[in-house]
Amino acid sequence: MTTLTSSPKIIENFDLYAPKLVSRQEFFSPGHRACQGCAEALAIRLMCKALGKETVITNATGCMEVISSLYPTTAWNLPWIHVAFPNSAAVGSGVEAGLTSLRRKGRIPDKRVKSVAIGGDGGTMDIGLQALSGAMERGHDMLYVCFDNEAYMNTGIQRSSGTPFLASTTTAPAGKKIPGNQVWKKNVMEIMVAHNIPYVATASPAYPIDFMNKVKKAREVKGPAYIHCLVTCPTGWRSPSETSIQLGRLAYETGVFPIYEVEDGKYRFTLPLPVKRRPVGEYMKSQGRFRHVTPDQIKTIQERVDIEWEALMIKIESSRSRAEIREQLRK
Amino acid sequence: MGKRVGIEVAIAAAEAAALCRFDMAAVYPITPQSHVAEHLSDIVNDGRVDATFMTVESEHSALSAVIGAAGTGARVVTATSSQGLLYMSEVMPIASGMRLPIVMIVANRAVSSPINIWNDHSDIMPMRDTGWITFFSDNGQEAVDMVIQAYKVAENREVLLPVNIMMDGFQLTHMVEPLIMPDQEEVDRFLPPIVPYATLHPDKPVSMGTLAMPEIFSEAQKAKDVALVKSIRVIKEVWKEWEAQFGRKYEPVQTYRTEDADVALVTMGSMGETAEVAVDALRREGVKAGLIKIKLWRPFPFADLKNAVKGIRVLAVTDRAVSFGGPGGPVCSEIRSALYDEPARPAIVNYIIGLGGRDVQVEDFIAMVKKAAGGKLSEPYEFYGVRG
Repeated sequence: MTTLTSSPKIIENFDLYAPKLVSRQEFFSPGHRACQGCAEALAIRLMCKALGKETVITNATGCMEVISSLYPTTAWNLPWIHVAFPNSAAVGSGVEAGLTSLRRKGRIPDKRVKSVAIGGDGGTMDIGLQALSGAMERGHDMLYVCFDNEAYMNTGIQRSSGTPFLASTTTAPAGKKIPGNQVWKKNVMEIMVAHNIPYVATASPAYPIDFMNKVKKAREVKGPAYIHCLVTCPTGWRSPSETSIQLGRLAYETGVFPIYEVEDGKYRFTLPLPVKRRPVGEYMKSQGRFRHVTPDQIKTIQERVDIEWEALMIKIESSRSRAEIREQLRK
Repeated sequence: MGKRVGIEVAIAAAEAAALCRFDMAAVYPITPQSHVAEHLSDIVNDGRVDATFMTVESEHSALSAVIGAAGTGARVVTATSSQGLLYMSEVMPIASGMRLPIVMIVANRAVSSPINIWNDHSDIMPMRDTGWITFFSDNGQEAVDMVIQAYKVAENREVLLPVNIMMDGFQLTHMVEPLIMPDQEEVDRFLPPIVPYATLHPDKPVSMGTLAMPEIFSEAQKAKDVALVKSIRVIKEVWKEWEAQFGRKYEPVQTYRTEDADVALVTMGSMGETAEVAVDALRREGVKAGLIKIKLWRPFPFADLKNAVKGIRVLAVTDRAVSFGGPGGPVCSEIRSALYDEPARPAIVNYIIGLGGRDVQVEDFIAMVKKAAGGKLSEPYEFYGVRG
């Protein structure tokens, strides 16, 4: 079975071609206070490289704000603003409106500066969903990136709507009677697709080039774009910190977290498809948050993952872009 | 020179923001603020002001969006009322803590429950300690003038704080008043273009809204308090400039016939004008009545108040909000506290009036003054004219 993990040629050759693809400039500088193995901090670093200098970042309250902005220090070499937990999309849309207005009026240099708002799964999928929906619906020229580590990690691993089924969290613990989180992860991607915005994608820092390409693509979009990035949290997932990238890859190879994009309504896988999806147990076994899960429960999860994968395959096979549909209607 | 026009006050307040050439507005509709929101959109969509107008999905996002835009250096405006203001409350102290010169028009309305769309001050009172400069207007002219003054105060380098302007819902917002709209040239002369302190722009990256540990958090809070306290000097300067240019006088504490007054009413907002009529009527009866109107709620004008009450025997303080389970109304509480250390201070009585649009007429103020003359009520504070 050939998978990206079992055949890491791409990684071996990374040094040969990565410098041509990736900026050496650091906009998210080292010395911040993220945990060892934090895939979110890595993802932000990569995102910033892909975005480049002409960017303003709006950060929701959460781990990344805490670890990067301890006064009087800052890890940010990009203009950066943090206001509160539920409103990074609203603030980011205001940043876009301010920049647009000032540029039009000649009060700032006449160049495109991208407003990028970021938040965790709690700040995006729960408390920030309304502001996110508003910002996407209003059509701002902005990118929103959700760094989903599947629980409220900053406050101590409480359950969010991004938490997977049966994962043990501090507010959905694996108890004697109830074995962890009792509902399936919310599909925010579909909510974003329903906003009919130009670009929606999932990504993972375990596939850095794919992630950065998506950030670049989203940056070029004139209008709202959304990227949902799954990031391993060793602290919250109870996983060894050196396995963060491996877990990111297993999340894809098992089909737990499909990596795809929806451009102009057209669904597309962006990575080589696993020849055969690995069993979900391989993804779950090294994570302490799933330690209590029984083989029967794993079967239930496997079935759900299979169904969701097929449901996505159907969309990938049958969906057409709005442009294609427009063409067809004109004929 | 501006000319006298008959105009609805909510519309006039939006026009005042337009005269200030705002760059960006974000609003969410709520009665009785909605005419401000609607008219701001008229102004932008008709191209009378070159601005970006955002119809956001909530008041929380309205204030959040203007923070983002103010962060880029834009001159911004928003407006709200009642539940909307309370919905903004999470973001209110952040706006002031980040020292952003935001201007907000508040159409004061009661807070639920029971739900009630009419006027009182129970929406702004919970916002008292959020670090915003807070003006109270008596009439449409003051609302218009204060919007323009607000930008000059907020953007002053020594201040850099958000300002909100109170105008009573319906009583002011929906009234058509004869008032003088300043003309553009006059406002341009009074209000220079905004020169932001720091901006979100890649040419000079800054981090805004960072995390402060206990070692520095208190210093940040003190700095905000010092800035707010000191802003009264700038506010008075701006009001002097306004008077010199436009001929209308503004003071933190405005007195009416208090020189030899025995009993003085204290009001905030539109009821001040009714109280003036009551004072005149009482004077005709031979009662030495006077009126003190508080125009600046934050920073609280302690020195001006002390000065204004000199020689007055009884203060009848009216409140249009309740500090439930507390000392009565928030205005009276403030005044008692302000005068506690004075060697000679007036007796103070407290009336809670005009909640949720309850009408308070000239006769009511007359009755309140007469009852207050004894210097004491039978209760610590009285819900004037209220059953039960």
